[in-house]
This record gives sequence, C-alpha cells and structure tokens, in this order.
Amino acid sequence: MAAQPEVREMSGAEMVIRALIDQGVEVVFGYPGGAVLPIYDALFKQNRLRHILVRHEQGAVHAAEGYARSSGKVGVVLVTSGPGATNAVTGLTDALMDSVPVVCLTGQVPTHLIGNDAFQEADTTGITRPCTKHNYLVKDVNDLARVMHEAFTVARTGRPGPVVVDLPKDVLFANGLYLPPESVPARKSYRPQVKPEASRIAAAAQLIMAAKKPLFYGGGGLINSGPRACTLFTELVRMTGFPLTLTLMGLGAFPASDKQYLGLVGMHGTFESNNAMHDCDLMINIGARFDDRVTGKVAAFAPHSRKIHVDIDRSSINKNVRVDLAVVGDCAEVLAALLAELKAQKYKADPARIAPWWKQIETWRKRDSLRYAKSDTIIKPQYAIERLYALTRGRDVFVTTEVGQHQMWAAQLFKFDQPFHWMTSGGLGTMGYGLPAAMGVQLAHPDALVIDIAGEASILMNIQEMSTICQYRLPVKVFIINNQYMGMVRQWQELLHGGRYSESYTAALPDFVKLAEAFGAVGMRVEKPADVDRVIKEMIAVDRPVIVDVAVDPTENCFPMIPSGAAHNEMLLGPEDKQASGPISEEGMVLV
Amino acid sequence: MTAPETVEKHTMAVLVDNEPGVLARVIGLFSGRGYNIESLTVAETDPENKLSRITIVTSGTPMVIEQIKAQLNRIVPVHGVHDLGEEGAFIERELALVKVTGGADNRAETLRVADIFHARVVDTTPESYVFEMTGSTDKLNAFINLMTPLGVVDISRTGVVAISRGSGKF
Repeated sequence: MAAQPEVREMSGAEMVIRALIDQGVEVVFGYPGGAVLPIYDALFKQNRLRHILVRHEQGAVHAAEGYARSSGKVGVVLVTSGPGATNAVTGLTDALMDSVPVVCLTGQVPTHLIGNDAFQEADTTGITRPCTKHNYLVKDVNDLARVMHEAFTVARTGRPGPVVVDLPKDVLFANGLYLPPESVPARKSYRPQVKPEASRIAAAAQLIMAAKKPLFYGGGGLINSGPRACTLFTELVRMTGFPLTLTLMGLGAFPASDKQYLGLVGMHGTFESNNAMHDCDLMINIGARFDDRVTGKVAAFAPHSRKIHVDIDRSSINKNVRVDLAVVGDCAEVLAALLAELKAQKYKADPARIAPWWKQIETWRKRDSLRYAKSDTIIKPQYAIERLYALTRGRDVFVTTEVGQHQMWAAQLFKFDQPFHWMTSGGLGTMGYGLPAAMGVQLAHPDALVIDIAGEASILMNIQEMSTICQYRLPVKVFIINNQYMGMVRQWQELLHGGRYSESYTAALPDFVKLAEAFGAVGMRVEKPADVDRVIKEMIAVDRPVIVDVAVDPTENCFPMIPSGAAHNEMLLGPEDKQASGPISEEGMVLV
Repeated sequence: MTAPETVEKHTMAVLVDNEPGVLARVIGLFSGRGYNIESLTVAETDPENKLSRITIVTSGTPMVIEQIKAQLNRIVPVHGVHDLGEEGAFIERELALVKVTGGADNRAETLRVADIFHARVVDTTPESYVFEMTGSTDKLNAFINLMTPLGVVDISRTGVVAISRGSGKF
C-alpha cells in the first residue's frame, strides 16, 4: 500500500476505519444497524479489516475478550446505537472485572437528536460509565481521530479494560482532519505507574530473604502484563524454591506441571494451596487482587503472614486485605527489578530454611483433595475433563469455559503450562461467556485446538453464536458437561438451603446433537465412561465445529470447597465432610 | 490487619479536565461504591487549560479514605487528588444565603445576630431580610441555629470550598 500523507481530510466513518488499521487491528466483531451504517459502508470499501458478524452484541464483546486474552492484543467491537449498545453492557462489565483490553465502538443517533428519545437512542455513555475503564461521546469529527487513538491507549495500558467510543451518525458523515497515532499527544491526566519504587523492591527482597514459610500468589495481572512477566515470575519462583499458587485468572502464568505449583487457590482451590495460604509467614502477591473468592473470611485470612502486594492499580491495594508492603507497578517491571535486587544482594536459595514448610505442604498434598469417587457406570464430570486433558496433550490447546461447576473442575483439572491458553469469566461470572470467547480465540489462533468446556445451562445463554462459528468455519469444540442442573446453584441449594432445588433443574433441554446439526456443526453424545475416550478422539479428529454432549452424574458436587464465610483451614473435602464441619453460619449464608 | 474503624472527615481537592461527564464520573464513583459525600462543589478554575476543581468533603474509615483517593485517581480525566488535611493546614469556606421573615417583633434582634456574625444584608423588604454569610461550615450552622427561631424561611448553601495555607499548590 502506498504511504498515506500525514494528515488527510476524510469522513468520520473513514476515520474510524483508518484509525483501526493504524492501531494494528485485524479483526472486528460486530453487528450492523442504522446508526453505524456509514462505518459499515466504509468497511465494505476496504479489505484490511476482517469483520466477524456475530448473532448478538454480547457475543461480540465476549469474542473480543477471547481474542484479546489469547493474543495480548486489543479486542475490537462495533455495534449500533440503543439495543446494540445495551446488549454489549454485560460483555463490557465482564471485561472490566477481568481487566481485558477491549475497544467498543457504538453508534449513536445524530447529535441534534440526542436527548429526544429518538429511535434506537440510549444514553450509552451514561449506561456504560460504571462498566468501562473510560468512555467517550464524540460530538465533533475533528476530535474523532484523537479519541480513537486515545481509546486504544487507555484500553491496553495500565490495568487494561474496556473503552467505549460513542459515535453519533452525523459525526460519521462529517468531514474532518485525520491524525495518525503518533501525532496524538499523550493525555496529561492519564499516567499509569509502571516502574516500581526502588525502596519497595529492596524491602521486598529483605522479606523474601527472611521468610521461613513463604508462598507466591500469582494472578491475572501476570497474564495481562505479558509473556515477559510470566517468564520472570517463573524464574523468580524457581530461583527461590518457594511454593506457589495461582488464582483462576492467573492459570498458566507458571507451568502447572511443576512440583512447586500447589494448584488453584480459593473457594474451590486445593487443600495444599489454601492451607499454605492460611499458614504462610510471607505472602508474595503478584498481580492478584485478594478477591473474596480467594480470601474467604477476611478476618481469618492468612493471620500469621506478612503480605507483599504487587499491582499496577493503586486502588487494588488495601481494598480487601491490608498489606504490609505495597509495590505499585507493572508485574514485569517489578519482577525484573526484584530479580536484579536479589542478584545484587547475592541471594542464594536456602532449601534448608524452607524444608519444614515444604514437608508440611507435602502432608497437605497427600490428602489428594481433587480425588473423586470413580464409576464404571456413570460418567463423572471430573473424569470427562481429566480425559479431555489427557487426550489433548501434545497439541496447542486453548480452553474457554462458561460459569459454574464445570468451570471449577476445568480450573482444577486442566493443567496449563503456558499463559494465554485459558479464558474464563472470573470476576463477573458470566454464563454464556465461553462459546463466543472460543470463537474469538479461534480467530486469533486459526490452527489451534479451541475447546469451550461448557455446562448445558450456560451454553444456552449464547448458543446463537454457533451460527457465527459455522458461518466462518471455525472448528471450535464445545464440550458440554451435561448434568441437567445449574450445577453450582444446585450444589449451594444442597449445602445451604436444605436440598430445596428451586428452579435449578432444566426440564426441557434440547437434543444437543440435533442442535449442532441444525447449525451445520457436528453433534456427538456420550453416556458411558467406556466411550469417553473414543468420542473425545473423534471430536478432535473432526476439522469442523463440534458439540459433544457428555451425560454426567447429575448429583456430583465440586470439591474441595471453602464454604462462604469460612476460613481457608475450614475446607470441605468431599460429600462426607458435610456434617463434620457443622452448619454454615448465617453470616456466611448471606454472602454470595 | 484490623484497621482502626474510626470514621474521619476529609476535605479533598480534585483537579479534573473540564469536559462533559466528568462530574458524573466522580459522583457515580461515590454512589457506586457506597462512599459518603457530605458536600461537593465544582467550578472551572483554570480556563486556559480547561481544568476544574472539585472540592469534596467526605467521611470514612482510614481504609475507605485511602480507597476513595485511589479510586478517584483512576478516573482518566482526573489530574490529581489532594487530601488537604493530610497535606498541611488549610482554609475552608462556605457561603449561605438565609431568608428571614420574623415579623416586626423580631426585626431588631435579627439584625443584631447578623451583626455579631458579620452577615451582610443583601436584600430587604418590610417583611423580610436576605443575609449573605461566609465562613466555616460550623459557623454557618451556628448562625442558622440562632436565626431559626427568628423566622428562617429558606436557606441556600454552596458547600465547602477549600485551599491550603501558605505558598504551596492546592
């Protein structure tokens, strides 16, 4: 392509396309409508941007999230005004909670109609203000290029997040001057702190060198920071010989097959992870945010520990848990500085000092808290996921999930050795996330094996995206752990509400095999443990989208579990534990 | 880990870009996260750079106050948050317009109280006075308390504006 002149006059719609191309965007997930017709017209006249026509705007945002989280790039969404924008709200909130960089362009009625309750008008900036990192309403075409480039900067830097740009139709038709990204000055009021303070790094090194019962606690910030942060984290963990645990969002930041890894932490984390967290004398939190699903009862959280908290977002520090040493900065920068400091101090790992700690951890590990009662007659959900993991070794596998029991089993049992291969809705817990997210992942990684581990209830929340998947011939595999219940709801009703399974059973489920075929995909069903391997192999062998309906034990519960309101050392390890721990406190019951 | 649970009152100056929606972002943050606003004032103070200054009086435990500052700083058009009490001594002022219609018996007493508080008469009719009064929130409260039995019918207050003492910025 011939070099573009520095500044050029063009229409607002052309500017939008130009800005996307200049920002390195390759794929846009969208759905047309009246207010964005000028952009769709400009899209039609070019061939650098690929547009993926989703079936619902929520799907567009989740697809952009999957694309972003598996590639490290910004995900881009294009939707129309009114319902287009309001349908995107769940996805935007999801991206905000999980810090996923997304730029969402929304159409808007022409500026002279704003406030008149015009057709397909919604106060998009008003509605999305609390569910975006930042948002813009562009009222002058000469602001458009600056806003577009700034939107990308805000979305991808600091703690990443979703940014909405609301585009009135008259602004898209108007002509103005386009500015390339490098001509847009940095915004003075927006300065994320990337480099840590040296004194805090030195203090962190001192704590690390003195610890007897240390624990690394890594989170999604490592993934967001990028591959360098994960590599440095792995280097630091191996250099110290300390045990580590990862949050749901942090899976893959350190190889799960390594002995130093204790497994998932939190409500459905392993016995060894949670007990190590409770008993440690030094907790080194890198890019996690002390979410309530991790801490359990805050008053009893790691009571004997000093805590170091590394986070790029100042507001994450001391929000839920008071820490002893806060280090504000990007994970990669902090880890590089910390490694340099430890090397400068001639730090040498002291296995003898932490040997009793490891011995204690091994006794917890021996409890084998992820064990479950195996069966020859009925497929246990854990077995299905274990086999899926085993039979996909040696391939480039990306996993997305929906929300519920299957999500927790996937997090417990599918072991990720690399970052960017695990996409799940952690903060918001959005049922219906996994299928569109898998679509986004497959677009970013056309040759990879992309699997949505789903529940039969969640999958129905965005099942329409099967149509998109088939249109673009994306060979996404949907692996439904079908227990006929909203399993996690049923589990809580069993544990907390006297087994009154109010509205958690789905009485009229579709035939998923026929459903797959109706969309143009391949449908498979498996009902016996002996057939699981064969069906998984068949699923992998098909180079088309597949839905596998796995009929599993409808009564299986997800263990281990920290009941709400309980501490880390008060875990339920299995069904037999129910009575032993006594009834769940009223205080715990009101928690979600 | 257990932070002192004492609730403290803080006065903050927040410097923001004067652009549409910026006040909604600040107010939405307070309502969305359940923080208190005791008073909030806003006006453009640097027209050349299009900057406005928001003065917020808020209250909360030290942990909440720390959160409020960090959350405010996260808003993209926010240039800085200054906790005036923590950065040194500061002056705060509020302005009130107080309308009193106490009848003929109280007119002399009304003027006497106003004189003690250095309140100015800015409007008068045979039946009413409007006083303009500037001072700290406490002083305004004291004035209004004394005037109430004399026949206060309406009060309009600006909320607090504040600035640090000495030559420092903010």
